[in-house]
Amino acid sequence: MSSHDTQHAHHDHHGHDDLGIHATFGGYMTGFVASVILTVIPFWLVMGHVIAKSSTAAVVILALAAVQIVVHMIYFLHMNAKSEGGWNMLALVFTIVLVVITLSGSIWIMYHLNNNMMPLMNPANLP
Amino acid sequence: MLAHPDLTTLIFGRLTLESLPLHVPIVLGTFAVVALGGLVLVAVLTYFKLWGYLWREWFTSIDHKRIGIMYMILGFIMLLRGFADAIMMRAQQAISFGDNMGYLPPEHYDQIFTAHGVIMIFFVAMPMVTGLMNFVMPLQIGARDVAFPFLNNFSFWMTVAGALLVMASLFVGEFARTGWLAYPPLSDIASSPDAGVDYYIWALQIAGVGTLLSGINLLVTIIKMRAPGMTMMKMPVFTWTALCTNVLIVAAFPVLTAVLALLALDRYAGTNFFTTELGGNAMMYVNLIWIWGHPEVYILVLPVFGIFSEVTATFSRKPLFGYTSMVYATVVITVLSYLVWLHHFFTMGSGASVNSFFGITTMIISIPTGAKIFNWLFTMYRGRVEFEVPMMWVLAFMVTFVIGGMTGVLLAVPPADFSLHNSLFLIAHFHNVIIGGVVFGLFAGITYWFPKAFGFKLDPFWGKCAFWFWVVGFYFAFMPLYVLGLMGVTRRLSHFTDPALQIWFVLAAFGAFLILLGIASMIIQFVVSFRRREALRDVTGDPWNGRTLEWSTSSPPPKYNFAFTPLVHDHDAWWMMKKHHYQRPLDGFIPIHMPLNTGAGITLAGLSFVFGFAMVWYMWLVAIVSFAAIVVVAIAHTFNYHRDYYLTADEVRRVETSRTELMARHV
Repeated sequence: MSSHDTQHAHHDHHGHDDLGIHATFGGYMTGFVASVILTVIPFWLVMGHVIAKSSTAAVVILALAAVQIVVHMIYFLHMNAKSEGGWNMLALVFTIVLVVITLSGSIWIMYHLNNNMMPLMNPANLP
Repeated sequence: MLAHPDLTTLIFGRLTLESLPLHVPIVLGTFAVVALGGLVLVAVLTYFKLWGYLWREWFTSIDHKRIGIMYMILGFIMLLRGFADAIMMRAQQAISFGDNMGYLPPEHYDQIFTAHGVIMIFFVAMPMVTGLMNFVMPLQIGARDVAFPFLNNFSFWMTVAGALLVMASLFVGEFARTGWLAYPPLSDIASSPDAGVDYYIWALQIAGVGTLLSGINLLVTIIKMRAPGMTMMKMPVFTWTALCTNVLIVAAFPVLTAVLALLALDRYAGTNFFTTELGGNAMMYVNLIWIWGHPEVYILVLPVFGIFSEVTATFSRKPLFGYTSMVYATVVITVLSYLVWLHHFFTMGSGASVNSFFGITTMIISIPTGAKIFNWLFTMYRGRVEFEVPMMWVLAFMVTFVIGGMTGVLLAVPPADFSLHNSLFLIAHFHNVIIGGVVFGLFAGITYWFPKAFGFKLDPFWGKCAFWFWVVGFYFAFMPLYVLGLMGVTRRLSHFTDPALQIWFVLAAFGAFLILLGIASMIIQFVVSFRRREALRDVTGDPWNGRTLEWSTSSPPPKYNFAFTPLVHDHDAWWMMKKHHYQRPLDGFIPIHMPLNTGAGITLAGLSFVFGFAMVWYMWLVAIVSFAAIVVVAIAHTFNYHRDYYLTADEVRRVETSRTELMARHV
């Protein structure tokens, strides 16, 4: 926290915003091309029925989506482990922890609900 | 819904004259009183020509202090509404035994308990917590305002729009009859076809926008705008708890928004997220809403822990015991609060491994909370404790909250929960922690910071009256519910057959009556303090001999808070400054860059209210027009380049000199 930040905290940043290290034409092009590739592959996987098992395909597509998020953060949002004095990294770690807790917890809980239903009512046992 | 799209349905949707409660005498009577009160208020404001003043100085204000005060006023008004619901329920349950059906029909009673829960959490506790953070936190960190002053004003008015929507449901149509979390299948369109659940959804969605934006705003403020020298571990504890609370808000409220959006899709668009068909599962709603709901509990209580820390240190005349452990306890609670949500639905059907995991995490979370209690006790130990009204609230909190915490650990044991779930024991438990924790803490905070906000202290006699009525009333109102809950009485009942239970409900109703006297004492306290304001005047700006930076400013602080940004060397910055005989700078002032007021926030929120109301009643045309208007106004606001000005050095000198003269007159 520098005094510079404090003094300028109320100001609109009149065009002298600090864009970080990747704000170059090449950086944006790298990000753009990577995003296109990461978008085309899932389309191809779905349209061409490349992976037979749909659950495997879903996992692969989700993994590609996760990589896409990272590409956006690095090349478009200009984030890295040191930007904003490390606060971005901390926020990212916290977000990942919460998302993992929420998703894995929900899946675990919902799976358990089905597991404990009476056999006749369990959707898995229905004809 | 659009089978016969004639003009009337296009404009009025399903809203007809039948929707007005012309045939329900109680509601009609309430409406008459509210309308009359509103007319008197409008007449008074017009007579004293106050509209212009209110609009210029308050409604359009983007000063964090004024927005904070407006949040508190909103919270207090809604407290009156929420408490009216509470005392109606207590009266109904006290008399509704055997042949006596009480005075409230079941469908009305169901709306009351739903509205009570929604209002008390979303429109009393949340605005008050946000209001205190808004007012105090920037002053504590030596900032001149929050990071996004306009956003602050907008957030406040969105909260008001949500509150107005809930209030509108009292007189136009009806409110939800589902309980405060509106579980499906009861809240889906087949079981609740009327407008009640839609009021619930849109009120919370609109207010939720305000809460989320305010969370981001305060979070950025704490991270980016601390005075030079104030590293993280030198922040006042209230600011620390505000930081953690806003992290929780930013992380948790999107879940609420998403789950309510899914419920809205089920109701409006015929999707099947929470139905029993086509792979839908109502249990998923319960799971998701508690992923928001449990952190919400800590969103409310963490800032209040901060208030207790500040008050205890100030009135024990000692630095807070175990500052570092207090900070770590707060951070640990922040993370752990995401690991316990299933304890709200142990009985939903999960197996032993799931239930025991969440039971254990719940018990673990009581450890950092217990550490905090010991920190406050050790702060008082060998301190020179002064029993001013805020400190009295702290002591009442410590006793009451520990009882509530222990019944909470009891409920965290899954086998015990199977018999206590949805019983009055649970009701007693969470009122025990919310009133004994959050509400007592808010009252401590209000009494503590009131002189800072208005320049005079609150009258201590009426403060003590309010204190004793509230505390004794609380025990009378909720201890009987523990007994009833252990006997197996379930919640949300409007009629009982067993006459042996009646005495406990009569006791609880008596407790509610004592709390009514407590609230009345508070209103008298405000009036009496205002009339005696010259005698209660605080000219020093530091009426309690405080420790943190907000007490270095005048009471009330100037618009710009600090003529010069303070330099911080240690925690308890103001205490250190006083110890080193700090002299206020009397000259060399420079112009201060300030934000300009704007009416965009209240306009956007007003349009959002219209939009929400139109969606509730299926007025599609109005909904489309008002939504388009929201977008247009929001975009137009971005073209408003006239949004700041400089307060001249002369003006700053004038304000600071008048303070110097005031202090000199009262030495």
